[in-house]
Amino acid sequence: MSNARRIALVLGLAAYAVLPLFLKSYGVYLMTLLCVYLMAVFGLNLIVGYAGQMSIGQAAFYGIGAYHAAILLKLGWPFFVVLPVAAVACFAIGLVLGFPALRVQHHYLAFATLGFNVLVFLVMRNEEKLTGGTFGISNIPRPSLLGYSLDGALPFFYFAYASVIVLALVLWWLLRSPWGRAFAALRDNPIRAESTGVNITAYTLLAFAIGAACAGVGGVYLASLVNFIEPGQFHLSVSLMMLLAVIVGGSGRFFGPVLGSVIVVLLPEWLRFLQDWYLAIFGFAVIVLMVFLPGGLLSLADRFKRADP
Amino acid sequence: MKRLFRNSAAALALAACSVASAQQGPVPIVGLVELSGTGATAGTNFDNGVKLAVKEINAAGGILGRKIDYQSWDTQTAPQTAKALAQKAVDQGAYVVMGPVFSGSIIVSMAETRRAEIPNFTGGEAANITQQGNPYIFRTSFTQSTAMPKLARYIKDSVKAKSVAMMWVNNDFGKGGRDSMIKALEAEGIKVAADVSTDPGQVDFSSAVLKVKQSNADAAFVYLNEEESARALRELKKQGYDKPLIGETTLTGQKVIELAGDAANGAVAHVGLTVDAPQPAIKAFDEKFQKEYHYKSDHNGMKGYSGMYVVKAITEKVGKFDGKAFAKALHGATIRVKDYPGVLLDVHFDDNGDLDRESFLVKVENGKQVVTATLPPVNPIK
Amino acid sequence: MADFLQLIISGMATGAIYALAALGFTLLWQASNTINFAQGEFVMIPAFVMLFFLGPTVGAPLWLAFLLTCLVSMLLLGYTFKRLIVDPLIRHGVIPLVIATLGLAIGVKQLVKAGITAQAMPFNSPFPDGLLALGGLKVSYADVGTLLIAGIIVVGLQVFLNRTVTGRAMQAVAQNTDAARVLGINVRRMVLYTFLINAVLAVVAALLVTPTYLAKFDMGESIGLKAFYAAIIGGFNQTRGALLGGVLVGVLENLTGAYVSPAYKEGVALLLFLVVIVFRPEGLLGRREERKV
Repeated sequence: MSNARRIALVLGLAAYAVLPLFLKSYGVYLMTLLCVYLMAVFGLNLIVGYAGQMSIGQAAFYGIGAYHAAILLKLGWPFFVVLPVAAVACFAIGLVLGFPALRVQHHYLAFATLGFNVLVFLVMRNEEKLTGGTFGISNIPRPSLLGYSLDGALPFFYFAYASVIVLALVLWWLLRSPWGRAFAALRDNPIRAESTGVNITAYTLLAFAIGAACAGVGGVYLASLVNFIEPGQFHLSVSLMMLLAVIVGGSGRFFGPVLGSVIVVLLPEWLRFLQDWYLAIFGFAVIVLMVFLPGGLLSLADRFKRADP
Repeated sequence: MKRLFRNSAAALALAACSVASAQQGPVPIVGLVELSGTGATAGTNFDNGVKLAVKEINAAGGILGRKIDYQSWDTQTAPQTAKALAQKAVDQGAYVVMGPVFSGSIIVSMAETRRAEIPNFTGGEAANITQQGNPYIFRTSFTQSTAMPKLARYIKDSVKAKSVAMMWVNNDFGKGGRDSMIKALEAEGIKVAADVSTDPGQVDFSSAVLKVKQSNADAAFVYLNEEESARALRELKKQGYDKPLIGETTLTGQKVIELAGDAANGAVAHVGLTVDAPQPAIKAFDEKFQKEYHYKSDHNGMKGYSGMYVVKAITEKVGKFDGKAFAKALHGATIRVKDYPGVLLDVHFDDNGDLDRESFLVKVENGKQVVTATLPPVNPIK
Repeated sequence: MADFLQLIISGMATGAIYALAALGFTLLWQASNTINFAQGEFVMIPAFVMLFFLGPTVGAPLWLAFLLTCLVSMLLLGYTFKRLIVDPLIRHGVIPLVIATLGLAIGVKQLVKAGITAQAMPFNSPFPDGLLALGGLKVSYADVGTLLIAGIIVVGLQVFLNRTVTGRAMQAVAQNTDAARVLGINVRRMVLYTFLINAVLAVVAALLVTPTYLAKFDMGESIGLKAFYAAIIGGFNQTRGALLGGVLVGVLENLTGAYVSPAYKEGVALLLFLVVIVFRPEGLLGRREERKV
């Protein structure tokens, strides 16, 4: 990464860390929500952008993580035990879901994830004894870190912020590793990659499972943030928005999810006076984007780069 | 010397003005309303009712001389959004929060207003809303635990049904109503022949209606939200259901009649509020609402409107804008139509935030609500 | 027993509506590799357009409103959709087009929500209310009418595709575009016809489904999803598959709702969908697709 970009990154991170001090609880809530949402979207970018698969079920894993957290945290389990449990559960489910789907054809993973999302939603809504049904689960406790309670808006924000940075670093490291390099090969030319002995299915499956685990982690944070979850938060439409966040930001680009999540989570709030027109504009903007800039907004940077001699 | 005098006088005047304006500025009131999603009908009507009341109150000089600055935000019928917006309302220093209407949303969002000690009015009817020990929650309509026994008695005495098939929506509102109604029916010795749950936003009622038909009950009790009620009524008509159709509030709502068309005719419901009630205050409201919005209000519009006037009445009684004092004063208060026609009916609030007032039995005839009986409040209002 | 048959018949009627949407969906995929995630919204828009023509501004009778809406739909959802969205994107591959249709679905939904209303609006059924006694069974006029109309359309479409020159040309384009072009078939025009047919199918679906669903900006969501299931279950590359898939979904939903659990009614179509994907991905009537190197 060039020095200029490095400096920009540090400045951006610092600004985001300082901004909440000037906002009231609703503003801090939004900034925290962005961090949490980003965890799931980073995961989705791994699946869609790096492994080249279409997943329309990320919200299901988000939800599975959230419900794990809600049920276990209320039973008194410590947060840092719930977190890996949820991550492993989502990882395992991702493997189980991806395995049959990937054996078939490219767009069948998309269908399978769509079906999976709807199924999970239905279970969340109907199995009242376990999930609270349409009433959801409320009064989910916030964790405490080394004895320091995270009930307040600001403390939890810093906790979530630090967590998403850690998650991003883990993914960054993963993508730089030889295993991650294989992805680049996969994405660019699957057939050639296969001929060099790379087992496409195994790598793709792994990426899918890791992406699912990221969403699960995000879900745990979501449950703690809002202290309340219900099935509506994990509906198919949420998966679709997450997918759009990845694509609009720039699929396959590391910071694409950041830009995409800002557009999907924060912009609607700032532009609240536009209300429903905002989403209408967003929808049509996606079409325009696909026609003129299918690489997403971050690919704009490439265009400028290419213009340089 | 002269200049010093003039400048200090100006400074003093300015200071006096700013102190005064802190007391004179508009009163912020926030509406958390379902403007989209399954609750769009209820929320929009509630919001329109509040807006009408705000307009009238401001035109008459506001509350205690201050105008109301009313903003409404769309909760999208999502409890998570309602909760976050409640936080936002708290941040913005709202004096009072109106809404959400849907029971599922208010149950979640009221934790925020309660923590900030801001009075919160809701259109929700689920019984558990006022059973949480929240001193800041107030209703604008009956609680199900009051309404259902009234209705069960009607079913026993007038409809003379010995068994009832229940169709209800699986959310806080529907479940609460179902539970209250089952209790009330059992108390009257009426059998529950079928217990059919349906989903919020459900479009296809063919199997639900079939189950009701198969139960051979003497009557059907249909307790769904507005749009679903319309669809269920249409399906009941389509399948030729000919037994009495009974509901509570929603089944015969204005919007439901509009959406269901002829299928609504013959349905009967117990309603806490209807624009077709014979009371003059209500007729006046009906005219004003139609003039402003060019359609007939449903009960949610009346909830919002009367709720806003309750805010005016109690604030004036307290004499200042203090949420805590407001809540205390409202518990146990009685507000009469002759003092505040905006409350539409004499109303008494108890210590839980529940209200008691007259109610009506309504039948739909030729696409219109017709009041067939007026039922007195549980405890006579002195 | 009578109840069981009644459930089957009304399930078939609902399923026929899904089938119409699924049919259009399948045709688009076959002709131009378009996975149209906005198919549900393609049904929602004609519903509102018809309401407009039926409303006070124009005041047209139902049949006229229907015809006018077909014209509008062919123009907007057929021609404009193809020229503005599908043509520029199809060369980038399937995914950008899918994303664009996702964006279209959201944009159009919100446009209706913000520009018209977020509430539901009533829509009068083209059929009279009431029940028809058919040999011991009581079936509603609406169900019978729906089955008749859907049946006529599907049969008519099959006849068109199999017996007319244009129809055969369209099939050729679907099966092997390059060969069709070499044979001198005007591929672009055939594809356009597919889009136009889809647009009309959507209007018919709207006419049949909106009286029950009520016209609302989000009515397309569940219709689109069911159409999608039906298309995949039946077989993405076979038009007859769409019909089978739709009817299967409709009937199974009704039976599940009545005999198993109303809560998992939505789940049945989904379950069938998942089973088909895993065990028979080409669909019940479809042909296995080879992976092209």
